[in-house]
Order: sequence, then structure tokens, then C-alpha cells
Amino acid sequence: MAPVSERLRWLFLAWIISMCITTTQCVDRSNFKTCNQSAFCKRQRSVTPGNSPYRALLDTLELNENSMKLQLLNKVNKVPLLLEVSGLEGNMVRLRINELKPLKPRYEVPDVLVKEPRTVPLAVVSRDEGSVEVSLSSPDHRLVLTAEPFRLDVLAGRELLLSVNSRGLLVFEHLRQRKDTFTAKVSSAVGSMWDTIRNVFSSASKKEESSEEGEEKADDTDPTAEQTDDNKAEDGEAEKVKEEEEENEEGMWEETFKTHTDSKPNGPTSISLDFSLPGVENCLTRAPAVSLCSSGDPYRLFNLDVFQYELHNPMALYGAVPLLLAHSPRRTLGIFWLKLPSEPGWAETWQGEEFGNSHQLLLHSWFNETVLGKVLDYVQGSSEEPQTDVRWISESGIIDAFILLGPKPTDIFHQYASLTGTQAFPPLFSLAYHQCRWNYNDEEDVRSVDSGFDLHDIPCDVIWLDIEHTDGKRYFTWDPNKFPSPRDMLQGLQSKKRKMVTIVDPHIKVDSDYKIHKEVRSHGYYTKTKDGSDYEGWCWPGTAGYPDFTDPEMRSWWASMFSYDQYEGSTENLYIWNDMNEPSVFNGPEVTMHKDAVHKGGWENRDLHNLYGFYVQMATAEGQVHRSGGTERPFVLTRAFFAGSQRYGAVWTGDNAAEWDHLRISIPMCMSLGLAGISFAGADVGGFFKSPDPSLLVRWFQTGAYQPFFRSHAHLDTPRREPWLFGDENTRLIREAVRQRYALLPFWYTLFYQAYRTGEPVMRPLWVEYPTDVSTFAIDDEYMLGGALLVHPVTEEGARGVTAYLPGKGEVWYDVHTYQKHIAPQNLYIPVTMSSIPVFQRGGTIIPRKDRVRRSSECMAGDPYTLYVALSPQVHTGDRV
Amino acid sequence: SDRQLYDETKQFTCLDKSKIIPFGRVNDDYCDCSDGSDKYFDISFLHYTGTAACPNGKFHCTNAGCRPVNVPSSRVNDGICDCCDATDEYTSGTVCANTCKELGKKERETLKQLAKVVKAGLPMKEHLIEEARKTREEKKRKLEKLQESQRALESEAEARRRTKEEAEALGQEAKEKHRSAWNELQVAKRKEQESQHVAKLFVELDSDHSGVISAPEVQARPELDGDADGTVTETEARAILGGTVGVDLKTFQDNIWHKIKDKYMSAPVQVPDFDETTQAVIDAAEETRDDYRLTEKHLYQIKEDIRKLEEELSMDFGPHHEFVFMHRECYEITNEYVYKICPFHKVTQKSKQGGMETLLGVWGSWAGSEENKYSMMKFEDGAPCWQGPYRSVQVKLLCGEQTAVMSSAEPSRCEYLFELQTPAPALKHGEL
Repeated sequence: MAPVSERLRWLFLAWIISMCITTTQCVDRSNFKTCNQSAFCKRQRSVTPGNSPYRALLDTLELNENSMKLQLLNKVNKVPLLLEVSGLEGNMVRLRINELKPLKPRYEVPDVLVKEPRTVPLAVVSRDEGSVEVSLSSPDHRLVLTAEPFRLDVLAGRELLLSVNSRGLLVFEHLRQRKDTFTAKVSSAVGSMWDTIRNVFSSASKKEESSEEGEEKADDTDPTAEQTDDNKAEDGEAEKVKEEEEENEEGMWEETFKTHTDSKPNGPTSISLDFSLPGVENCLTRAPAVSLCSSGDPYRLFNLDVFQYELHNPMALYGAVPLLLAHSPRRTLGIFWLKLPSEPGWAETWQGEEFGNSHQLLLHSWFNETVLGKVLDYVQGSSEEPQTDVRWISESGIIDAFILLGPKPTDIFHQYASLTGTQAFPPLFSLAYHQCRWNYNDEEDVRSVDSGFDLHDIPCDVIWLDIEHTDGKRYFTWDPNKFPSPRDMLQGLQSKKRKMVTIVDPHIKVDSDYKIHKEVRSHGYYTKTKDGSDYEGWCWPGTAGYPDFTDPEMRSWWASMFSYDQYEGSTENLYIWNDMNEPSVFNGPEVTMHKDAVHKGGWENRDLHNLYGFYVQMATAEGQVHRSGGTERPFVLTRAFFAGSQRYGAVWTGDNAAEWDHLRISIPMCMSLGLAGISFAGADVGGFFKSPDPSLLVRWFQTGAYQPFFRSHAHLDTPRREPWLFGDENTRLIREAVRQRYALLPFWYTLFYQAYRTGEPVMRPLWVEYPTDVSTFAIDDEYMLGGALLVHPVTEEGARGVTAYLPGKGEVWYDVHTYQKHIAPQNLYIPVTMSSIPVFQRGGTIIPRKDRVRRSSECMAGDPYTLYVALSPQVHTGDRV
Repeated sequence: SDRQLYDETKQFTCLDKSKIIPFGRVNDDYCDCSDGSDKYFDISFLHYTGTAACPNGKFHCTNAGCRPVNVPSSRVNDGICDCCDATDEYTSGTVCANTCKELGKKERETLKQLAKVVKAGLPMKEHLIEEARKTREEKKRKLEKLQESQRALESEAEARRRTKEEAEALGQEAKEKHRSAWNELQVAKRKEQESQHVAKLFVELDSDHSGVISAPEVQARPELDGDADGTVTETEARAILGGTVGVDLKTFQDNIWHKIKDKYMSAPVQVPDFDETTQAVIDAAEETRDDYRLTEKHLYQIKEDIRKLEEELSMDFGPHHEFVFMHRECYEITNEYVYKICPFHKVTQKSKQGGMETLLGVWGSWAGSEENKYSMMKFEDGAPCWQGPYRSVQVKLLCGEQTAVMSSAEPSRCEYLFELQTPAPALKHGEL
């Protein structure tokens, strides 16, 4: 039996961006936590697979039209959980696990799901004392719930698709009162605090019985005592003491990283759950392309500003989407780990090494943080069958997981989109070319760059202004010396039908003369410290406050700041860029906000950390919608993101570098984002840090021209690199690449419209289009745009040729530059020169172009379309335009 | 000529020979020829006009009343008025006013203004050139003079050196004489003194007045502790006494004294001052030495002046040396900082509040285009930037009546650009 029958592709995204203050030339890892330096992650990872202490209480099962509910009892600590399983429309299963009676509410993620998912009725097919079998609406899908130990299997016919808790890694740290360190008192006094705890435990352990406070019964015993029933009371107490010491050692109530102490008023709250995917060989790629098969720290999903990030590293980055995809020739599956309803929480994801044929991923969530962990040699059936084990760990919140059952890749996209929404349909200009630099110095500089594009006949739609355009890093203002008349400048761009984007970051300079600060403070909109004062940190402007974007009232106030009368100098052709929204706090732990900072409703940043950037972009996009009275589509670029961010605009991969490796990695990074719903993604053309040599710059323009978000950007300290500064030949090559982008704008616009309607990614790995062709699975240096174009950019220095795989048995492909026909499947060697951008059109497709390329996309509005019809040996494939 | 290629009765061959098309496709608003030759070619006027169908084409605006221009064909009917005669927007629906008359007037005025500036500037430039010529000649004359002085000084210095050396020899001789006379006197005197001293010492060491210095008496003298271990042992004492138990005065004088002399002898007496005659000879030598030094210094100064002058004369101050007047001058502009441009020397910046100057660059070279290398100055190797390159400066020269810095900018971090207006680059009449 072939050991490799299927492969798993997964996807996560995490990014980073940014500009920071250190002088190191590469990321300073010591500023960021490893799993072992994070108490909850360390605790969770120390739990080894084996028999789960959880038993499903089948007699508590309730089935209604929306869900099946039953209790899970932890045999050790007697804390009962409530499991809710729903079948969702579109072939999905949702699993939620919360404490039956939590001491106080646990955070459930709001605003990420577009709506409460529609359920389909479940039906019990069979049942005995040890298990229940439930049918899902789709024909042959069933769930089998085993009582002891608790486990849930998802089957399609006789095929096992996925098992939950088969490795026994369900851990749910229940909320508890702090016992504090005065252990002596615990044994002697039955203080009110202890009563409370006992009430909680006892009510929890006796299902549904007296949950009222004070109704303690004499024979109720606290859980620790119960464990030691047979022992003498002193032993029980001694153990209690020991347990408390352990708790303190493990940093359950407080932990310190570097100089930062994280107070944890709620104590330990982390959760984890494992999923096993039999028949799936683990071969994951991810944002900064990391194979989850690699050993080491789990993959961490915690939005951070990591200065000069490393490639191929599971460290956290600027953004995260907790979605894992598994693909095999037979089926594509997805797991979406949301801490939903009510409080967010996600976390870091980490993962581990391979043992034999089995793989484990550890995802751990900190938005909780979420971690993906790894492997036990758990083998389902034949030991030759590969299996991937995944584990998600989050620091707080509840378990809320969606199992997307496919079976085709497109089904997964539709399923995920039905939960978190689709890509916002971008305004056409935003798909064109963007010219950015930190910084264009003044109005004259902007004018000369603008006219430089005309002089060299290179199209350009948008000129960007980074932080230096403001008056002392006070966003929504202009430097009075360098930008004294922004309206005139914007009007100048408008006369060429061009736009401008200015940066608006979420850190607000603490300055009593600054309008924005005054209003945020007077409304009480700032995020608070654990002590209730306004949270302050260091960022670009010096001391800054961080508005609480989780507060809807604050968000609508923020949105109102973008109206023309509030944002002075702004006009209709001005759009916005949100940077540093992880948020970046230069002097904070891991360069971000303290986890015990407090948001609206009393939730800690720990609970909702990864939502901050999501909300910043949401509020900014809403501001742009409002300023036009709802008639214009917004454009907002964000660095931090989360599941659902696709609904608000574009994302970029943060602060990359002018290196060939960074050029290459832009392809899998953008593909990963697309698979996770965020189609509108791109990398800084040319590389942000350092200075590209002309050949790298040209290759980057050629690559960027065929990626969704196409923007050049450069660090303040690098020499100027506008496209015409490298001699006539390089100017010509760049002009040609940008023109190819503009000619294809109708095609891009169509793809984005489809992404907006269906959730299908614009930039796709080949396996999305060819799910049964195993040789496409590992390809990450070429990709498809929609179903029609295959792109294999040249990303090797000094390349003389590239080999492109043309997939599809019986299909044909046409070189878009020469119209030469190639029979598929084949590995085609293509000799290249500096002007080559290998692109092929699939036989049986139609591509709309506008071949009259002009200086900006709006100038091309009235021009004729040219349809490029590629014939197929087969019958028409049903392409749409 | 080209007109013959557009023959309606024949098929049309793209001018780059890439394709042959039916003539009906010429000027049909669809691009057939990769060189665009099937479009925009207005046969009657034999110049480019037409549509935006082909990339890289040119559209000709006649711009009556103003200057004709060719714009990229992609600007035709794009909704933006590019030609002042409005001819580039004929189907876009954008209404462009014909502004050629106005624009032409403005352009002519600008040209006039420029001509005025040039006219005003030219005499100034000529004046500068004349001044530069004069200065240069003056400098050359000065150089010659200096070179003459140098030669004269060199022979003078040589003469003085000889005089000095002679006088020094005399002085040295007188000094020697003085010293040896003194020494002779001293030898006799010292001998006498020493024998008195030895006798005195013998009495002092002979603490029991026995007429013999014994070992215990030597042991009592800490200064005789040869190995400096704090005590004079009997062995050490006997070694000093030449192996005997005691010595009398005679033996002490003959055999012992020289061994311990260094412990008891006082420093030799200083040579007394020179007598007047000797001093006069020495002073005379000193004088000639000073004369010589002065001449040498003078000569060095002249050589320095010559070096500087030669350097200046070899520097590139423009084709007619018209920029020489800026040499050793500095021009300031105050924006965010106070910038000081000293052509042919350096550029600096300092804060408006004062403080240390930061060096932005030292004179590098002329850096204008090949046709006009004197339109730009380059300064390099300024103070290094944090995490960045060494600062550098470009100074663009503009034509104007006054010499003044017009603008400052920092297009890239630590790369500065200034505009310096001056009459020096004024064009000649023929160049207008």
C-alpha cells in the first residue's frame, strides 16, 4: 500500500509588518515568546495524548431542530461542560464547548461571523448505552459520538473523515476563584470565598442541581476533597497545598515575560481540542511559508509587529486566520477555530514533528492565543495509512469549531465565506498600480512623482503618503510646512484621474491640543489598563493612547472622523491605510498591548487581541462608506487581520526586504491569504527594507503585476526607486510589466467580483483547479488567477529559464505573449530573458482585456474591451466574463 | 517617401514589416501593426494623429498659436486635456477649451522673461568671465611673483644656513673650551675634597673610636645593606671589609672606599655659568639660527601660497572660469535647518537654534548631463547617517541675476538637493 495517498494542505496566515525601532538587521527573537515562555501554552503542551478524562453523559442529550446538546463530565475535577453540535447549511458541522455553569461568562467572538449560521436538523439514527449516531442532512454524512472517553467521529459513508478528541487532548480550564497563597486558612476556615468556590464546583458536578448560591449541602464535597476521598483529611489538605503551589509555579495567576508582568485576574482559562484526519498526509504551507510538518514550536496565531521578520518560521506575525485546510485527491476539508459567540479568543498555533506516518499540528490560540501541536503515534486502522493530527490551543474563550466538509475545494470556499463573508468588491482603481514610499516628502515631491509617471509613460493610479505627512504623527492632520495645501495637491492628482492614500494608524498622540485625542479621551473611548486608567504606550508619536475599537460606539465615532468636514484637507480621491494595528506598542510586551488591558465590557485584550486590527479596518472602511453617503466603495489597506477581514479591504504582507527569497515567498504568502478568504493581498514591490538591485526590482514589478494588490513601497532610509531611476532599459521593462497589469484590469475586476459573490480566491494554488492531480499539490512557485490564467513569475536571480507545470489531462494552454499552444499535462521549460513573464491562458476560457493602456485606470473607462478567446479541444467550459 | 507606403489601392505593409493587412484596416481604430504604423498616420498632413488604439504611438497636436507637441497616443480621448488646442479629446465627451492662444502668450511671456533674465544675466556673466580672466591673470602673476620670491628666498635661506652653521661651530667650540677649563680645575679640587670626606667617614663609621672599623660597626649601618633585606649580616659586613674582621684608615682609603663610595658621595658640583665672552659667541650662533628659521618659515609660507594658487588655477571653474567668484564664498538658506553651501568646498547644515554643524558633503565634482556638466555640482562623503549611507549633496544651478540658494530638499534620506541661482550659467544669445 502506498504510504502516501493523500496530502494535506492547510493554511494559516500570520503576518507581520512593520517598522520598528531597533537597529538589528534581523528579527530579535528574544522579544517574542516561545510556547514554553507562555504559561498556558506550556501547560497545554505538557498534556500528553491518552485517555481523555471526559465522559459524555448520554442521558443529558437533548436534540432540537437547531442542535444536539449534551454534557461532558471531567472525571477528575468533576467540572461539567456543555457540548453543542449543529449541522449547518452547506455541509458543515459546528462544535461548541463551554462550561455548563461558568463562574462568569467566557468570551465568545463577536462580529466575525456574518450572521448566525443556519442550522439543519440532526436526527438520531441509532443509540446504545455507549454511543449515539446522528445523521447530517447531506446524504451519507454521519456523526458518531462515543461516550467514554468522549470522542466524536465524522463519517462519509464508511469512510472516516475526521475524529475529535480521539487523542484525548480536550482540555478546558474552568474558571475558578483564586485560592491565594494563605493555604492554612483554607483548611480551617470555611470562608465565604471558599463557599463560593464550593458552590460552583458542587453545582457543576451535580448536573442542574441547585445552582443558587448559599444552598450548599452538607454532603457536598469540594472536588479536590473528593479526589482524595479515601485519604485522611490532612492528606487532602496537603495535596491541596501542593496543587496550589503548582498552580502558582505554572503562572496561572500571573506571569512575567522580560520586564512585563501579566496579571491574570481570571486565572487559567485556556482550552484545547485535537482533531485527527486519517488518510491525510501532512504537508502544510503557510503564510511565511512554513510547513507544519516541521518540528519545533507550534504555529502561533497572535498578531504582532515583528521587526524584520524571518521566513520559514512559525513565529507570530501581523495577522492570523485560524483556518486549516486539508486536501486530498478525494476530498478537501477545513477546520475553522473561532472562539465565538461572545468572546474572542484565539490564540497561537503551533505544531510539531513527524513520527512515522502520523503528524500532528498544534494550533494554539491566543486572541486568545491558539497553538497547533503535534503528534502522537495514533494510528487509525492500517499503520500504513498516513494521518494528520492537529491540536488547537487557545488562551481563553470557549471552543467553537467549524468543520467544513467540502468535498471540493470550491465547496470549502463557499462554506467558509458563508461563515465569515466574502472579499469586499474593491473599487477598480485599487486593483491598478500603487506608488508608495516612506515618505514622499512634500507637495512638490508628490507633483514630481506624479508627472514622472506621465513623462515616462508608465501608468499609475495611486500615490501614497506614509506617516511623515502628518503634523507630528497626529493622524488626520497634515504637516503645515510640507503639506500646506492638501486639497490643491489632491486636485492635482484628480486632474490626472489619480488617487491618494494617506496613513491613519490607531495609536493616538497624547496631546491636549490634538482634537482626536481630546475627543477620544473625553468620550472615554481609550482602552484601559487593568487599573482602569487610559492605557498608554510608545509608538511613532511618542506617548500614545489606543482607542478601544471593540466598542461599537467608538467605531462609529471613528468612522465619522473621515467625513470631509472632520478630516480637513480630504477629498473624494483620498483613501486610507491602517498600519500598526496589531496593535504595535513599542514598549509593550512582545511589542504589543498588555494582555490584561481592558476593553469595553470588561474583556481583557487577552480575549480579543487578534480582533483589534480587524475592528480598526472595519471602522475605517465604514468611515469611507459614510462620507460618500453610502454611494462609493471604500478602499482601506490593513496590516493586522483576522478571519473576516476580507470584508473590509486589502491586506499586505508587511515589512519584507529587498531580497530574492522575499520575492519568492510573496507567492505562497498571497496564495495562503487567498485560501483563507483574503483575496486582496500583496507584498511590497521591491522589498521594504534594503535596496533592490535593478534586476530584482524589475522581476518584482513583473511578479507584482500578477498578484492581487500591486504596490511599490520602500523604507525611509533607502535610496529613491521610482521606476524610471534605473536607466532606459529597466524603465522600459517596468513600463511593460505595469502595462500588462492595466490591460488585464477587466479580468482582475471580474475575478474580484466573483470572489465577492462566491468567496472563491482570486489567486489560487493549482490544486484548487485540479484537485485530483497530485503533482499540483506542492507547487508554490506558480499559481492561477481565477480558472483561466496560469502564472509562473521569474523569481530566481539571473534565471535563464523556468519550468512551468501545465496541468489538465487533455487540456491545452496558450502562451499569452506568443499565442503558442502547449498540450497538457507537461512540465514546460521556458527560456527567459529580462522581459519574460511566463503566463498561459487555459484552453476553453475567455479573458477580457483593455488593450489601450493609459496613465490611470479611470482614463480607460470608455475604452473598448478586447476578448481573448482560447480554444479548447473539448467542448466549451462555461467560462463567465 | 512615407506617403507612397499608404497607397489605398494596395495592401498595407506595416512599416516594421511585421504584417501585411488590407488597406481597409488602416486607421480603423484597431491596432494591427506592432509598431502602430497602421494608425494615426494622417496621410494628408504626413504627421501622426489619430486614436489610442496602438501603444507607443504619438499624437500630434498642432496647437496653433502655441507650440506643436507630440503626446503619447494613450492620451487621446482619455478625458484629460493634453493638447491646448483640445484636439486630443474628440470622442471622450470631455470638453476642453482651446487655450493655445493664452498659453502661447504665457509661454512667450515666460520666454521673454527668460530672455530678459538671460539678457540681464549675459552681461553679468560676461562681466564674471572678464573678472575671472582678470583674477586669473592676477593670480598667475602672483604665482610668478611668488615663484620668484621663492627662488630668492631659497638662496637667502641657503646663505643663512651657512652663516648659522659657522656661528654654531664657533659657539660649540667656545662651550667646549669653557667646559674643559672647568673640568681641569674640578679634578684637583675633587680629589682634595674626597680624601677629606673619607677621613671624616672613617671616624663616623668607627663608632667605638678604636681606629679600626669592625664588622659589627659595619652591621650597624643600614645604608650598607647590600641585598636590601633590612639587615646587614655579618657575612655582608665581612664582604665589605674585604674578608677581614677590621680595617684601619689606610686600608679603608685604599681598598674599601671605592666599594661603598656611591652610598656616601654627594652629587658633583654644577659647571658654573659661561663667562661673558663665551656667552656672546653662543648668542651670536643663536641669532643666526633664528634668522635661518624665519627664512625657512617664510619660504614654507610662500610654497603653501604657490601650492594653493596652483591648485586654484587647476580647478574647474567652468569653461570660462565664470564660477570662480563663488570660490571661498558661502550661500545660506533657512528652511527646517540652516543650510550653508560653499561651492568648491563643502555643504553643511545646522539647527536654527544653533549648535554643531553637520557636514553634508565635501566638494566632489561637476555632475551635470553630458551636454552641460556645469549645471550640477556634487558634494560627497558627508557625515554618515544612522543605519544609512554617507550624506551627499547635489546642487542644481539655475540662471538668475542674483546668486542665491532658491530651494532645499532631501529626496532620499541623507541625499540633499539644492537649487542655486546665479548669473554664471546664463545662456549665450544663440542658445535661446
